[in-house]
Amino acid sequence: MSEEKKIIICRCNDVTLEEIEALIDQGITDIETIKRLLRIGMGPCQGRTCLPMVISIIARKTGKSPDEIKLPATRIPVRPVPAGVLVGEIDEE
Amino acid sequence: MKNRAEVIVIGGGSTGTSIAYHLAKLGVDVVLVEKGYLGSGSTFRCATGIRQQFTDEANIKLMRYNVERWKKLSEELEYDVNFKQTGYLFLATTEEEVEAFKENIKLHNKFGVPTRLITPEEAKEIVPPLNADEFLAGQWNPTDGKANPFKTVFAFARKAKELGAEIYEYTEVTGIIVENKEIKGVKTNRGTIKADVVVNAANAWAPILNEMAGLDREFIPIKPFKHQLVKTEPLKEGQIEPLVCPPAWNDSYVLQDGEDGGVLCGTGLEYGPTYDMTPTYEFLREVLKWATRIIPALKYAHIIRQWAGFYAKTPDSNPAIGKINYIDGFYIAAGFSGHGFMMAPGVGEAMAELIVKGKSHVPLDWEWYDPHRFERGELRSTAFQIG
Repeated sequence: MSEEKKIIICRCNDVTLEEIEALIDQGITDIETIKRLLRIGMGPCQGRTCLPMVISIIARKTGKSPDEIKLPATRIPVRPVPAGVLVGEIDEE
Repeated sequence: MKNRAEVIVIGGGSTGTSIAYHLAKLGVDVVLVEKGYLGSGSTFRCATGIRQQFTDEANIKLMRYNVERWKKLSEELEYDVNFKQTGYLFLATTEEEVEAFKENIKLHNKFGVPTRLITPEEAKEIVPPLNADEFLAGQWNPTDGKANPFKTVFAFARKAKELGAEIYEYTEVTGIIVENKEIKGVKTNRGTIKADVVVNAANAWAPILNEMAGLDREFIPIKPFKHQLVKTEPLKEGQIEPLVCPPAWNDSYVLQDGEDGGVLCGTGLEYGPTYDMTPTYEFLREVLKWATRIIPALKYAHIIRQWAGFYAKTPDSNPAIGKINYIDGFYIAAGFSGHGFMMAPGVGEAMAELIVKGKSHVPLDWEWYDPHRFERGELRSTAFQIG
C-alpha cells in the first residue's frame, strides 16, 4: 500500500496519491481547493492527465458520484505555445 | 448553519478571511459567508505581489506595516504562506522618469522604506536575463515581495475556524436586514443569520451589497475592471525573482511565481467596467509584446495559462475602509483597486480592532480611506497602480 501511495497523479507538478488523500482526510474535498493547494491541473498539461483521476479519488473517498464534482475552469491556451510565436518573432517549433 | 452571530463578514477573499481571523482572535463570534469558494472573487486571480513603493504617505505607511505582518504571518498562522522578500524593480526609460524615481525614493525613505536608485548594470545583477540596455536606471526596493494567495486565504480561514469562526462557502447573500437604521442580519440562499454587525468585504461586488442595505449603489462607486495575467511554464528559479516593471511600457510587468518559477506577465490593458471574466486574445498579444521586450529570452518560454480577474476600482484607486455612518453596525473594506491581497493582514487587523474597540493601533489612515469621501466629492491622489 505504501508503494501505491507514491503513485504520481499530477505529472506536471509531481503530486502523489498520498498527498491528495491526505488533504481529503483533513476534510478538504472541494476540487477547487485541492487544485490550488497542490497545484494539480495548473501545469503544462492543463489537467488533462490528472483531473479525471482526482475526480475519481474524491468520488471514492467521499462517496459522491463523479458527476457531482464540477471540473475547474479550463484555461487557454489549450496546448502550451511559445511566447515568441504569439508575438510573431519565432515560428512554431 | 448558525442562525446568529456577533459579526457577519461578507466575502471570502484575502480581506474577508483576514478580518474573520482577526475578529476570532479577539474572541468575537464571527461568521463569514462567501458566494463561491474561498478566494474565487479576485484574490486567487492576483499577481501575488506585495509592495511598499506607493507614491503617498497613507499607502506607504500601511504597506510598510503590512510587510512586517507578512514576515511573521506563516509562523502566526502555523501554515507556510510562502512570503518571500524578492523586491520590486521599477525601470526608467527617460530622464524625466529618473527624476520622478528620485522623488519617489525620497518619500519612501522618509517613511522607512529602503528604496534606492540603481544602475542598469546593478539591475542586471538582480535580474540576469533583463534587457538592461533599454533602461536608464532602476527604482529598487529589496524588501517588497510576494506570497501565495491560495495558501494565505486557506491559512487565514483555517486559523479563524480553529479560533471558533464559522465559514460558509457557496452561500450567497440575498438581502441585508436593516431596521431603524440598524443592522439586524443577512439573508442568504441557505437561510437567515442574525447579527448586529455586518462587514462588506465583497470588493468588486461591494456596491451590490450596499444597495441591499438600502444605500445608493453609487455612494461608494466601486467598479469592476477586467485585468488579466498569462503564465509561462515553470522555469528555473532565481532569474526574475522581483517584480520587474517599466511603468512607461504600459505598466507591464513580469515576475516568477514563488511556487513553481513560472513567469507571470501583466500589462495595463484593462476592460470595463464589466463583470465578464473571459480572457482576450488581444491581451495575450499585448502582454507578450512587452514581456519579451523586458526579458527577450521569454520568447522561448511556453505560455501555459491565461486568466482574468478584477481590479475593483474606486475613482481614486484607494480602497474604502471603515464604518458606514448611515447604518449602525455596517462596515466596509472594499474597492482595493488591485491592492487587496498585499494589504490584507493589516486591513484585517485594523477592521477587527475598529469593530471591537472603536479604534486600532494599525497605522491605517482612516480619514484617507474614509468610505464617505466620495459623496463629499473628495478624492485622494490616485494610488500608484500597475498592470
